[in-house]
Amino acid sequence: MAEYKLQTPLSDEDVSKLKAGDIVYLSGTLYTARDAAHKRLVELIEKGEKLPFELQGAVIYYVGPTPPKPGEVIGSAGPTTSYRMDSYAPTLIEHGLKGMIGKGKRNEAVKEACKKYKAVYFGAVGGAGALLAKRIKEAEVIAYPELGPEAVRRLVVEDFPVVVVNDTYGNDLYEEGRKEWAKE
Amino acid sequence: MRTIAYNDIVKAIRDTIIYSTTHLSEDMLKALQEALQKEESPVSRAVLEQLLENAQLAAKETKPLCQDTGLAIFFVKVGEDVKIEGGSLKSAIYEGTQKGYEEGYLRASTCDCFTRQNLKDKVGYNLPPIIYFDIVPGDKLEIEFAAKGGGSENGSRATMLAPAQGIPGIRAFVKEVVSNAGPNVCPPIVVGIGIGGSFDMAAVMSKHALFRDIGSSNPDPELDKLEKEIQEELNKLGIGAMGMGGTQTVLAVHIETYQPGRMCHIASLPVAVNIQCHSSRHAHITL
Ligand code: SF4
Repeated sequence: MAEYKLQTPLSDEDVSKLKAGDIVYLSGTLYTARDAAHKRLVELIEKGEKLPFELQGAVIYYVGPTPPKPGEVIGSAGPTTSYRMDSYAPTLIEHGLKGMIGKGKRNEAVKEACKKYKAVYFGAVGGAGALLAKRIKEAEVIAYPELGPEAVRRLVVEDFPVVVVNDTYGNDLYEEGRKEWAKE
Repeated sequence: MRTIAYNDIVKAIRDTIIYSTTHLSEDMLKALQEALQKEESPVSRAVLEQLLENAQLAAKETKPLCQDTGLAIFFVKVGEDVKIEGGSLKSAIYEGTQKGYEEGYLRASTCDCFTRQNLKDKVGYNLPPIIYFDIVPGDKLEIEFAAKGGGSENGSRATMLAPAQGIPGIRAFVKEVVSNAGPNVCPPIVVGIGIGGSFDMAAVMSKHALFRDIGSSNPDPELDKLEKEIQEELNKLGIGAMGMGGTQTVLAVHIETYQPGRMCHIASLPVAVNIQCHSSRHAHITL
């Protein structure tokens, strides 16, 4: 269990040194997207059109925050369950996405894509929305404002705490962690 | 007859929603602290520490504990001698819910189940709530409220076992549900189990079981023993906090049966499992 501080965008070299179970503090830009936004991003790729942000080296955070109070950068902003993005993630990874932040299990296709194109899936602590919001310094809607909490936002984060769940070598923290601590 | 003003109900519900979505339930706070003492896995301990820090921060800044501020769920007991003045009880609950979620800067998470369009403009901000009414003797109005997130609901299941499957069948089903849910339901969790009644009632009881304080015992000694045994068995799965591996996955198991008599039909054994994530947002109002 190593600890790293990384700056986004991430390179192949950055993600290759990470192993499932490592703690990473991310700084730089993250983009937010949930199911509805993912569907649109994949449609743009299929049509060969330009995406609302640079995908190469990008990290996408699966989150639908609460509305900010006056004077706040963002409301509560913890991760949402990731499997809803499983059918779209491999296409994005193939086109340069290097990191995803969410909570919960991914399917085989996503894990395979992480191995093949070098990308990692990070877990953030679900339900720690107030704490995680503290690490978000800027937030701005950059696409699909009509989707409300599901719009695509550009976030600037500082030392955003995540744990590597699926690395570029096919390891899975959920499976290994459980095996290690199971008592039967 | 005792009269309760419509506006008092609206205000009580509004305030309760804002308070409970920003202040972790006392029993959950205590349970997480105890889990941190007992947890052996370092990753799980790091998660538990973050959760305790999150609870502190949320209370200090009146910021939602979790961004999924859930569906609003109400179990309401209306005393037979209560009269509501100034409007209907149902509309008071709707109005209190809308006000609490909107004025508390909570998330509107209700949508049309086909088009997936948010209902905040068509029906109201995070409306409609889910309400279970019961009529009881007396002149009090008792309201239990929970903000229930989607993640832990998605990991919940119900089934109809054959009566011959009995307690071993119930245990196997609960284990299967918790094991499959794994990290997705944000462990550590409380497992609510509804046994008996009818297909629908088992599910309602499994949800209501989550209102019981963590650490309290089941009034039925036989079920109390079963709860503890199931909890121990589930903690052997090794799921840990946020599913990252560990020994403290299930903080409590709460079983509810249909009363009187732990009733069900002679041909059936309904069982439902409702999971409560660590972001426990429950409250009790008596008016
Ligand atoms: S399961 Fe609970 S803690 Fe996790 S995201 Fe949903 S509401 Fe929040």
